[in-house]
This record gives sequence, C-alpha cells and structure tokens, in this order.
Amino acid sequence: MELTCLSKGDGFHYPPCHMLNLCGFRILIDCPLDLSAIKIFSPVPYDVGFEASEYPSSDVSLDAQDPVQKKQKLERQLTPADLVCAEPWYKTVKALHLWEASLIDVVLISNPMGLLGLPFLTQNPGFCAKIYMTEATAKIGQFMMEDLVSMHKEFRCFYGPGDSSYPGWIKDLDSEEVPALLKKVVFGESGDDLGSWMRLYSLDDIESCMKKVQVVKFAEEVCYNGTLIIKALSSGLDIGACNWLINGPNGSLSYLSNSILVSLHARNFDINGLKGTDVMVYSDFSCLQSAEVTENGCISPNTDNNYLSTISSDNKDEDLAASLLNTEDSLEEMEKLAFVCSCAAESADAGGSTLITITRVGIVLQLLELMSDYIESSSLKVPIFVISSVAEELLAYTKTIPEWLCDQRQEELILGEPSFDHLKFNKDKKIHLFPAIHSPNLITSWQEPCIVFAPHCSLRLGPSVQLLQRWRGDPKSLLVLEDGISSGLALLPFRPVAMKVLQCSFLSGIRLQKLPTLLSVLQPKIVLVPDAVSQRIDLSGMKINSILSFSENETLHVPRIADNTSVEITTDLASKLSWRKLRQRENFGIARLKGGLLMEDGKHRLVTGLEQEESSGKARPLRYWGTVAQEPLLGALLKMGIKGSIEHSTSENGLENSIIHIANPSSGLIETSEMCTAIVAEDKNVASQILQGIDEVLDGI
Amino acid sequence: MAIDCFVLGAGQEIGKSCVVVTINGKRIMFDCGMHMGCDDHNRYPDFSLLSKSGDFDNVISCIIVTHFHMDHVGALPYFTEVCGYNGPIYMSYPTKALSPLMLEDYRRVMVDRRGEEELFTTTHITNCMKKVIAIDLKQTIQVDEDLQIRAYYAGHVLGAVMVYAKVGDAAIVYTGDYNMTTDRHLGAAKIDRLQLDLLISESTYATTIRGSKYPREREFLQAVHKCVAGGGKALIPSFALGRAQELCMLLDDYWERMNIKVPIYFSSGLTIQANMYYKMLISWTSQNVKEKHNTHNPFDFKNVKDFDRSLIHAPGPCVLFATPGMLCAGFSLEVFKHWAPSPLNLVALPGYSVAGTVGHKLMAGKPTTVDLYNGTKVDVRCKIHQVAFSPHTDAKGIMDLTKFLSPKNVVLVHGEKPSMMILKDKITSELDIPCFVPANGETVSVASTTFVKANASDMFLKSCSNPNLKFSNSTQLRVTDQRTSDGVLVIEKSKKAKIVYQDEVSELLHEKNHVVSLAYCCPVKAKGESDNDVDLIKQLSAKILKTVSGAQIHESEDCLQVGSFKGSLCLKEKCMHRPEISSCSEAVFLCCNWSVADLELGWEIINVMKLNLDNTCKVKGDLL
Repeated sequence: MELTCLSKGDGFHYPPCHMLNLCGFRILIDCPLDLSAIKIFSPVPYDVGFEASEYPSSDVSLDAQDPVQKKQKLERQLTPADLVCAEPWYKTVKALHLWEASLIDVVLISNPMGLLGLPFLTQNPGFCAKIYMTEATAKIGQFMMEDLVSMHKEFRCFYGPGDSSYPGWIKDLDSEEVPALLKKVVFGESGDDLGSWMRLYSLDDIESCMKKVQVVKFAEEVCYNGTLIIKALSSGLDIGACNWLINGPNGSLSYLSNSILVSLHARNFDINGLKGTDVMVYSDFSCLQSAEVTENGCISPNTDNNYLSTISSDNKDEDLAASLLNTEDSLEEMEKLAFVCSCAAESADAGGSTLITITRVGIVLQLLELMSDYIESSSLKVPIFVISSVAEELLAYTKTIPEWLCDQRQEELILGEPSFDHLKFNKDKKIHLFPAIHSPNLITSWQEPCIVFAPHCSLRLGPSVQLLQRWRGDPKSLLVLEDGISSGLALLPFRPVAMKVLQCSFLSGIRLQKLPTLLSVLQPKIVLVPDAVSQRIDLSGMKINSILSFSENETLHVPRIADNTSVEITTDLASKLSWRKLRQRENFGIARLKGGLLMEDGKHRLVTGLEQEESSGKARPLRYWGTVAQEPLLGALLKMGIKGSIEHSTSENGLENSIIHIANPSSGLIETSEMCTAIVAEDKNVASQILQGIDEVLDGI
Repeated sequence: MAIDCFVLGAGQEIGKSCVVVTINGKRIMFDCGMHMGCDDHNRYPDFSLLSKSGDFDNVISCIIVTHFHMDHVGALPYFTEVCGYNGPIYMSYPTKALSPLMLEDYRRVMVDRRGEEELFTTTHITNCMKKVIAIDLKQTIQVDEDLQIRAYYAGHVLGAVMVYAKVGDAAIVYTGDYNMTTDRHLGAAKIDRLQLDLLISESTYATTIRGSKYPREREFLQAVHKCVAGGGKALIPSFALGRAQELCMLLDDYWERMNIKVPIYFSSGLTIQANMYYKMLISWTSQNVKEKHNTHNPFDFKNVKDFDRSLIHAPGPCVLFATPGMLCAGFSLEVFKHWAPSPLNLVALPGYSVAGTVGHKLMAGKPTTVDLYNGTKVDVRCKIHQVAFSPHTDAKGIMDLTKFLSPKNVVLVHGEKPSMMILKDKITSELDIPCFVPANGETVSVASTTFVKANASDMFLKSCSNPNLKFSNSTQLRVTDQRTSDGVLVIEKSKKAKIVYQDEVSELLHEKNHVVSLAYCCPVKAKGESDNDVDLIKQLSAKILKTVSGAQIHESEDCLQVGSFKGSLCLKEKCMHRPEISSCSEAVFLCCNWSVADLELGWEIINVMKLNLDNTCKVKGDLL
C-alpha cells in the first residue's frame, strides 16, 4: 500500500487530498478547490462611487503574525488597487495535475467540499474512474457547485466573455511591483502553482460530472471490481460527510477525514465501524488551524495518558468510547452559536443589520434554528433572509434525510415533528428564502434591520458583496465571518469598515488531545498520521504496532500486515480433492488443488471451474521430497516383477551415489542420491513401473 | 450446517406474517404480524412454540419488520410488551414512523368500536417503538459479531423492504411483500444479485399474471366517475397508508383533468397525517415522484377534504376513503351499512381481503345481503368494484425475482395453498430450484453454504495471476488453464489449512526436495556423416514441432529444450544413460533428461527421435 498526500488542505472549506495505492488500484480521496485563493481578485464593483484611491493605504493592517506579510509591510502596503480586476480563475490541487487522470481507478469524495474540484478532473477525456460518494454529499455538493457557477456569472456579465485559453491577468502579476503576498497566492511558495489555476466549469460540466457519480447510501457496502469493499461511515463533520472503510484481500484500511465526535446536527462519528482495521489513515489536519497548538508548541498528552494507564484498556473499551463521546466540545460549539445569535440580536436592537457569510450547511441550519427560536421568544421583530440560488432546495432537502441527522433530531422527525425548529418558523413566513438579491419579491418584503444569510465566505462572490458594500459604513451593523479566512485580505476592497466584525471558528476536526484516546479505542495495527500531527503530539506510548508519519507531496510505503492471504474454498470443491496421507506424518493431509481462483467480494475464492480431464484418474505426483530408501524400493519393484541389483559409487563431484541396475524385463537403471533420482530406461512401460515403485517409497504431490 | 425456516404465521395463508429463521445458530424473526380475519387466539402467531419458558431474549437474535401493515407489525407490541421480548428490532425509517399510527388506529378500532378487550395499550405501542432501531436502504448492519443484515427496496408500500441476512457464509433473503412494477408513487423492488442459500418469498398472487395496469386504472376511474356522475356515493375502504395515497393521486389527477368538482373525503385525520409523513419521506418514493417533488409535492392533494360523520347522510355525490380496509370493522363498515342499500352507490375494494371479513364476502360472490359481525344483516344493492391493480407482485414477478437471485432453495409464504402449490411446481420444474410450502408450525431445513478457509502463500497467488495453459489433443484439441493445480492444500490437525505453491510443500514439511527425473541417452544419427551438428539440432526440432502439438522449443548449438525436457549432444564414449545395445552402434547420441511433470512429453520426443534414426538408418542402408 502507498499513500501520497497531494495537499494538506486548509480547514473546512479546503479538505486534504490524498492518493492511495491499494491492491494495485489508484484511489483518489477528495478533489477540493482552494476557494480562499480567489481573494486576490477584486469583487464586481456595484457602487459607482467606489474607488480604490479614496482609501488611504495606511488603513490596511494585515495579520501581523505572518512573517511574509511583515516583510511585505516594509516594502509596500497592499491596496485595493493591487487586487486583480479580471474574471476570477480557481485554484485546484497542484499535485493532482501531475497524475495521469486516466490511471485513477477510484475516486472517493468524503464531504461536499471535497467535490468542488471534481468537474475539472472529469472533464479530462481519459478520465474513467469510478466515483463514490454518499447521496447527501452528492446532493449538497451539487447545490454548492451550482451556487458557485451562478455567483460567478456576475463576473462573466461584468467582464464579458474573455479569452478562455490564457488568463491575461497572470502576465500583469509577473512584474516587480506586485506585492509578494499576491504573488505567493498565485505562484505558490515554490513558484510553480501557475498550472493549478483553472477557469470555472459550467453547469453542463457539473451535470456530466454528476452523471459519472455512483452514490452510496448511508453505511452501504459497495464492491469495486470484486476486490475492494468500500463503505461510507458518518464522520460527524456535516450532513453527508463520511469516513471510509475499505476491505480488500490484503486486509482492511480506514480513512479518517476531518471528523467531529459529537455533532449537534449531523449523525455522530461512527466509532464501531472503524474498530480494529489493519491500517488507519488519519488525515485530519484541522490541528493546523486551532490556536491552542501554535501557542504552546507541542501538546503533551499527559492527562490522557494518565487516564489510559489507570484503566486497563481491554475491558474498559466502552468507558474509553464514552469518554470520547462526552459533550464538552459540542457544548462549547453551542455556546459559540449562541454568542453569534446574541451579537446579532444586540445589533438588531441597536437598529443594525447582521450579515452572516458562513456557508457550512450544518452551522447555517443550527444558526437558523437558534435565531428563529431567539426571535420568537423575544420581542424583537426582525426578519431573517436567506439569499442563495440554492437556499430553497437545500433547506427542503435537509428535511428528507432522517438517516443523516443526529439521534435526537431523527427521533423528532419520526414523531412527525420538524427536525429543525426553524422549519416551523419557515411556515409562518418569518424566514424568507430568495434565490438572488435581485429577486422580484425581495424588495417588497425587505426591511431593515434584518439578519441575512448570504454566501460566499470569501467575500468576493455572491450577494454578500453587495450587502457588505451597503452596510460597511454602518457601525451598528454586524458582519459574521468564518475564521481561517485571512480577514485582512478578505476585507481589503471594503475598507474602511465601520461595521462590527465577528470572526468565529467552529470545530472542523478532532481535537488533538482526543487522538490518543481515539486510537486506543479504534486499535488499528498501523496508523498513518500527518507529520504536522506527529510533531505536535507524542503518540509513542500507544499500543499500536507502528505509527508512520506522512507529509505533503511525499509517497509513503506501508508494509503489508498479514503474511498470508485468506482463500475460501467451496465445500463441494474441497470434497472433490484427492487427498494423500504422508508417511510417518499422521497429522497431515495434502491435496493438489483444482478449480478456478476467483476474486469475489474482496476475497479470494476457489470454486469448481471447468473440470480439467476428469477422466485421467488419479494424477501422479510432480514434486517429491525425502530420500529414496533402496531396499524397500527393490522390494516394491520385485512385486511388479522387476529385478534389480544395487551398486554404490561416487560421482565426479564427490556425492554418494547408488545405482540400481535392472536387467529384467528390459535393461535400465535407477541412479539415486540424497537429492535426486534419475530413471534410465529405454522402455516406457518399464520406466513407468519404476516410477510407481518410487511413488511407494517416496512422499510426493 | 443447516438453515431452519420455522413458519409461525402466514404459512399457506395470508395474515399474521411471522417466519423465524435459524442460520448457523442465529435466530431471526422476520415480521411479527396479526391476522385480520381472526378474533380468537389465532390472531397472533403462537410465540410459545419458540420458548416454553417465555424467555425470548436468548432465543431470538433480532426481529426485522419489513413494512407497517398490520399483518406484518400487528403483533409486535404484544410480543415486546406482553410477552417481554427485549432484544433489538429493526425497521426502515418510514416503517418506524408509520407503524405507531397504524397500530394506534387499529387498537382504537378494536377497542372503541368493536368493544373488544384491549390486547395492547397506547403505552405499549410507544414503549415498543422506542426499542426499534431505524435503518436505511442498503445500510449494512452488524447486529452482532456474526450476524449481518441489509435492507433492499421492495416497493409495495412506503418503507417496505426486503431483508438480506448473513451469518458466516450462509445467507438468505426474506422478501416481505413486494412489487416488481412501479406504481403511482412507489418504485419497483430492487435488489442486488446475491448468493443465497434460501429465498423466502411472498406469493399472494401465485398464479395471477397481470398485463399493463393502465386499462385497470382506467376501469377504476370510470367506475368511480360513473357513480358520482349518477349522483351516487363512492366508498373506498382502505388502510390509511399505501393504497389510499396511490388511489388518491390517481383520482386527484383525474379530477383535475376532467374538471370534476365532486368532493373527495378522507375519513380520518390519520390519512392527512400520513400524507405529511409521505412528504418527509420523499426519498422512499419512486424516481418520478422524487423528481417532481422539487416543484410540486405530489402529496398536496387539491381536491381532498376531511370527512365529518354528519356527512354520511348528506345529499349529493362524493368519494370517501374510509379506514380500515377489507370492511373488517370500524368506520368503513359503519358507512357501508348506510350506503350499501342504495343502487346508486359504489363500493370499490382495493387489494386483497382476508377471509372472514365483509370485504371478502363481497368479493367472493354477488351477495344480496351480508351479515355484519354483530348479527345485523344489510341489503347490498350498491355496485361493487374490485380494484384490479395491486401493490403485490404477480406470478411473473415472483418467477423473475427467483430467477434473478437463483437461490439454492425457495420457501413460499403469504399466499393461498392451491395457487402456491402450482407456483411451487413451476419453480421446481422451470428453474430447477427446490421449493417448499410449509404450513404454520412447520419447519423447513436446508443445507447452508460453508467455505473451507485457508491461508495462501504469496508464491501461489503469484503463480495464479499468470495463465498456465495446457494443450492436449487426445481426440480433439483442448486448451485448459491449470494454474490452480500448481497449488497444494496442506492440512495439519488443529491448525488452519494452508495453500502453498508446489515447490514450497517440502519446506513446509521441513523436508528436502527430491528431484525425480527420467534420463535416456538416445541415438539420433549414424556417425560418419560430415553434417554440422547445428543442422542436426535444427532438423530434430523441426521434426518435434511437427508431431508434438503446442511445443515451444528452445535450441542452441548443441542442445535443445522443450519444457523440462533437455537434450544435449553426448560426446562421451560411454554414457551411463546409454542403453548397451543399439540398432546403430556407431551413432551420434543426444543425452536427454526430463522431469516427471513432462513424463508423456519426454516419451513423445524420444519416439520422434527414434523414428528419425530409423529413417536415416534405412536411407543409409538403401544407399549401401
């Protein structure tokens, strides 16, 4: 098995991308887009009075932590004018372009964000891989891609149909004066990222891509090529997001994508399904985002280790699992959501509007629920708008997937109650859904202050751009941003920003401290962790055969665990085999095999094939072992009427040799030594009789 | 190993489906239904046959309920709450959502309107449903270490599933009720091609073969239309879920098309509530409905209204869907009592009616009076229409499914004995699959698949990845692939079997290989000719090629090789392998050696060379 990490990604919106080589099959896991890179483009200017020169560049204060940016500060401040004024291109995973698309056998998509780059891959005429993803991922991912295309349309309208072959804006960026920050985004650290920029796909491309997808149900087992059995298990990250379990003839492999152990809305992380695999690929890079790591450098998992040592890991398995599923994290998440709500309510009280640019489906659903509950219980009368080309369909879809909801919501759904509280609310027309900001009914129901959910989180696309331009000067208004987006660059074209900005980071993976406990519950034989993780946490105390670490753009070879592969033999075939007993070995039975070897359901199976020369009777042995005892051989030959005499000699190479001369019925001789026996006879019948004699004194098969 | 299929209910009858299957020690109960036509103790399956002590938890590994009809789920609250079964119960999401509605409705009918003693209470239903684990289609569930179950789409009603269960190497499918064609709102049954030891299939329509359903749908619509056009009232007694939705979609559509203003009523809030569930569970409906659902929800009926009891005697035409179906009790029977005497009215009976119900009596003949349960008689002058399309598969569908799955055995349940027997003969003769029709209380035992498991060495698997073609032409040319025959299965007592490549056997036994070969120093040509030796080898190989089919000959200056057969020119005066007497005493010899694997091949080649020698000797003799 081989693992190549093509990209370690960046947070929820840009999941990591890996290439696996398993049983000779190439498996691509996830195909994301780096949407944060489009921040180098200037948004479509709606405001006529908006000019970049109006704003003095001294306003721009970028994230001081970044050394590159610090250096940049010395050179020159980034101004809105530096942003690229052109139809945006999109940045894909660079290393993926180095692989021949036609040689990929399987594509696994573990969450909707991992689907966004797939149309670029399927456009390739040689692409013929089988694509698997859960039904919910396919549906939500398709909504997101369609939304992206519809938001991008504004740029097309503004800039007109450009030359599709080569983006002119890249030429302009290659000059000296261009700030290094932009250059870094465009050309990458090593300066070779240019090839990863792609022009956005069309709706037709999305459609043809989705036609190639084979959707799998929740925890459905699908069999690829008779060899790999692939199963999607919920990861808890969001609706439809999953981890993969792949069973093959050489053992089992589990792939852990970014996971959340206890989810407030989606199905929890499936622990039982992933237990005891041979290899586990832990690809959760979310620790790179979390602040706790950068502060202290390396986490010592002392607390967990102590915990581990106090209980014996064998029979307290359930206790460990329970400790993983404590609700601490989810309560913290709940508090964050409640805080966002209270901030929105505060600004609404003050007469300001709230713009929420979060696009994570789960977070949006929970915020909608909390907000509507909050508004209903308070005297506040603010409308909630959701402006997105796919909002209506997306929200309708989330009502019809009980299998992907957490237990409590599932229960409510089955009792005939709405799974999310805002669904009730929606009926009372307090939440308004509009496909676009210029929708005909929007202006009639529009009312400020209000709370608006609008994409896109990069602040370059979609209705959020216009709303931000409207409200940026209003200190009473509130902008809710997702973290992990360098807000300096994101807000650059909108400066000066007078409105309040709330940046919130939500859990998008497993907390590093939980990893040791998780590993001792799952008990994989080999675990593969990113070098970023192994540097931050000491896993050497774990009871795991081996822990290997992998890094971006390097191929890691993983040794095979099982020495022997299992083969299943059908009972009717086994009964047809002709068994031989061995001399002096009562306990052994050996038989030459028959039939055909198949690969079925990921298992080698020996089944009755086209029977070969059934009539030939008992086949004669082809391989012998042991030594020929001469006296018994003479005796056996005599029974068949063959007489011989023994003569000892030493051959040229000094080996002890015996020769049995045969005179009757025709001349011949048997030359035998410790390692070999040669039968010399002119007559075929005599030779085969001698062979029979040898069969009687020598074990063979 | 064997699979035991114990039929507790629905054996040679329809009603109280309950089949208990034991696979390799695991016992699964499929469905837990009640009989709608019985009032006595026969209403429930006889659970005491499973365990005398009443401890069901240790006897049964799990219960799987295929759909929410009373004859499949009716006895579940009784079994869990009264009999005390506490193990896992699996149902699809819609079945879990809709079963409590059906059970509660039935309980109310039984207790409130027929005044019977209560068999289970509302609390029983709620508690029972709490134990149910909901499953999704194709979701593979590991019930315990050995038992694996999976549900497949069955059509029939919303949420109906077929169940695949596997223990070790043995696997079975229990179909529940299924439909092999799509209907107005549900898709057709869909299952993977599985390797099965046993298929347990329903056989409601074991002999019927239905054509297209469209003329039958039209018949139904016209019958209803004629009735309301004549000012009559149409009564459609049906269960709240399933048929009601399908017929309602049909009528609603027709009403729209024909611009009919006659009201369509639903007798209970239950159906309205059910429609809400249908909207939520849209992913379980047919592809057609799913696609439409984005724009218009097909379960938002435009012409449908709620019915009020006072409307029974209201003048004017109407269509009424009333529960329960089969006219077995409750409101539908009450309405029937009032409407049956008028010749203007119509009773449309959808689907199957169990023996013993009023519905069955109406369908059986054309009675002028009917006895109701409490002894009152009702004159029947209204028209009776039997809806001729059904959510059950027909005989062709059962045959198609059986042929598709090709199980090793078939058990038929949920049907009427005479037609089941006909179908049984058909399956046995046409598909050559053993078929059983057990009665209630009977057990069918069939053999189950087991595999012998062995560890295979890498060398064996590697050798198997290359074709090893053997050619033979005893009577005609035959090509066989014998790659597996290079493998050897080794079994040692109390150890796992091993498969190794033939060269590895001795190593496994801690023995040394012993090579047994044949040798013969064969005269090939008379001496004295000045011919080049290279030519001689070439000549020989040409001869060999002519007579030995499929031989691949490698030749060099003074030797040739075919498979393990090696021959090299022997320059020795006296060779061990040379026979003492030879026809041509002064000759060129080819010293040959071949292994036992190529025994026959070796002799063939020797023969060729001998013939060659004879010929040259003859030629020389002629010349002399």
